[in-house]
Amino acid sequence: MAMKIQLNEQRQRRLLGIASLVAATIVWQLVADVVVQKPFILPSFTDVAAAFVELAGTGTLLPDIAVSLEHFAIGLGAAFLIGVPLGILMGWFRVADSISDPIVEVLRPIPPLAWIPFAIIWFGLTTQAAGFVIFIGAFFPILINTYTGFRNIPKVFVEAGKVLGCDTSLELIHYIALPAAIPSIAAGIRIAMGVGWMCLVAAEMFGVSKFGLGQKLWQNYYLHQMPNVVVYMIILGFAGLVIDRIFRAYVDRQLLKWRSGEVV
Amino acid sequence: MGRVSIRGLTKAFVKEEGTTVALKNVNLEVRDKEFVCLVGPSGCGKTTLLRIIAGLETAMAGTVSVDGTEITGPDPKRGMVFQEYSLFPWRNVIDNVAFGLEMRGISKAERHRIADRYISMVGLEQFRTSYPYELSGGMRQRVAIARALANDPDVLLMDEPFGALDAQTRNRMQKELLSIWEQTKKTIIFVTHSVDEAVYLAERIVVLSGRPGTIRDIIEIPWSQPRDRTSTEFAEVRRHVLQLIDEGEPVQ
Ligand SMILES: Nc1ncnc2c1ncn2[C@@H]1O[C@H](COP(=O)(O)OP(=O)(O)O)[C@@H](O)[C@H]1O
Ligand SMILES: [Mg+2]
Repeated sequence: MAMKIQLNEQRQRRLLGIASLVAATIVWQLVADVVVQKPFILPSFTDVAAAFVELAGTGTLLPDIAVSLEHFAIGLGAAFLIGVPLGILMGWFRVADSISDPIVEVLRPIPPLAWIPFAIIWFGLTTQAAGFVIFIGAFFPILINTYTGFRNIPKVFVEAGKVLGCDTSLELIHYIALPAAIPSIAAGIRIAMGVGWMCLVAAEMFGVSKFGLGQKLWQNYYLHQMPNVVVYMIILGFAGLVIDRIFRAYVDRQLLKWRSGEVV
Repeated sequence: MGRVSIRGLTKAFVKEEGTTVALKNVNLEVRDKEFVCLVGPSGCGKTTLLRIIAGLETAMAGTVSVDGTEITGPDPKRGMVFQEYSLFPWRNVIDNVAFGLEMRGISKAERHRIADRYISMVGLEQFRTSYPYELSGGMRQRVAIARALANDPDVLLMDEPFGALDAQTRNRMQKELLSIWEQTKKTIIFVTHSVDEAVYLAERIVVLSGRPGTIRDIIEIPWSQPRDRTSTEFAEVRRHVLQLIDEGEPVQ
């Protein structure tokens, strides 16, 4: 009985969600067609749909997505490979914390996009330059969450490990601290993916590649193809959503084994 | 073997706000295979004493030695069951129990075989692949006991392990602990704030005075197990110990 009510409730929620999306689309169409009447200022839904069909026909959408994912992967991969070990060092060893903390605190408030000039000077108009900008955005959330994850490990876990024969720092990090900090690190990666995805559009703005969702967005803007711009906006939003969902599903499955309820 | 000698042990915590003397000149000999309970008013240094024996805290003066060897740090030879929840939540029951064996580099098949033996000893065969969050408080402390025993320590240190359990579970755990002690014949040093628990379990009760903790009295309990909590002699010993604790408490 309770089960049935819950199912009904779920279906009702989903129907309401779809109805609200449909209503918003109709309002958008009406405002664009009747009120604004200028596709350059506000392309209508049908303008965008037509643009999408046309763009899909040219066959550049897939390479665009692939190139953007490449930039994203470089930035996030580098942020993970540097952020996690550095966060571990800072979280576990007092000395590493004292040395790194001031530098981190100075660099952290600099907006990632402010690094774009140096990204170009250091890497040229290359894939690495775009990856670097995304790296800057993704690095700090991963570093900070790894660090706080290590700092918040209950002391009793470390002490239980010690009395059970886990002596060296390396062993304690491997067997106690890292597994205990995984939920916090995973949450950091999730934030980093969101920030990295936001940096992507700016990273592809200055022409590091011939393809890319951000690159195409800017190119169509320069050509005043506003319906196309909206197509890329929607694809960017949708791809970000899918990446987040996949990551969350994966982490939830790994962590739900030992934690009850919602994880990241 | 597990003979523990504590000589002239003094411990103070130095902080900016001031110095707390937790233990002052504590001397105690615990025989091999003995079951000793430590009781005393709260804050008198029971946990501190246990942690020094475990090697998790260092004394300011005095020594603790086990079978003649002075202790310098944590060692799997001295198992510890903590007052708070200390199971590793990311490991299931069997991998928690096998943790110490894994640290010694024992193969998976072998360490699971050994761990299974201790899991049966605490009666949790059905839960060997469960995760800690799926267990009740009593079950968690059972696993913690099995985890400490799987290392085959000489001495088992227990800090109010049943303090958070309801009265019924607590009584059952006490019975089970006595049966485990029968089977394994470990030296057990057991901290509790429940005098009833101490009189039920211990061969000797060590009564500490209020801060700074010193040994006020040691009471031998000659009766064999199992003991009858409702007997008059049980009540008498309990009253005597309670009186010692009350007198030892500093005037508020
Ligand atoms: N890490 C610590 N730092 C400062 N003071 C401590 C610390 N651990 C214990 N103490 C103090 O030492 C005294 C004894 O504590 P404890 O051994 O936990 O008592 P008990 O277990 O008998 O209740 C208390 O006054 C407590 O505040
Ligand atoms: Mg205590």
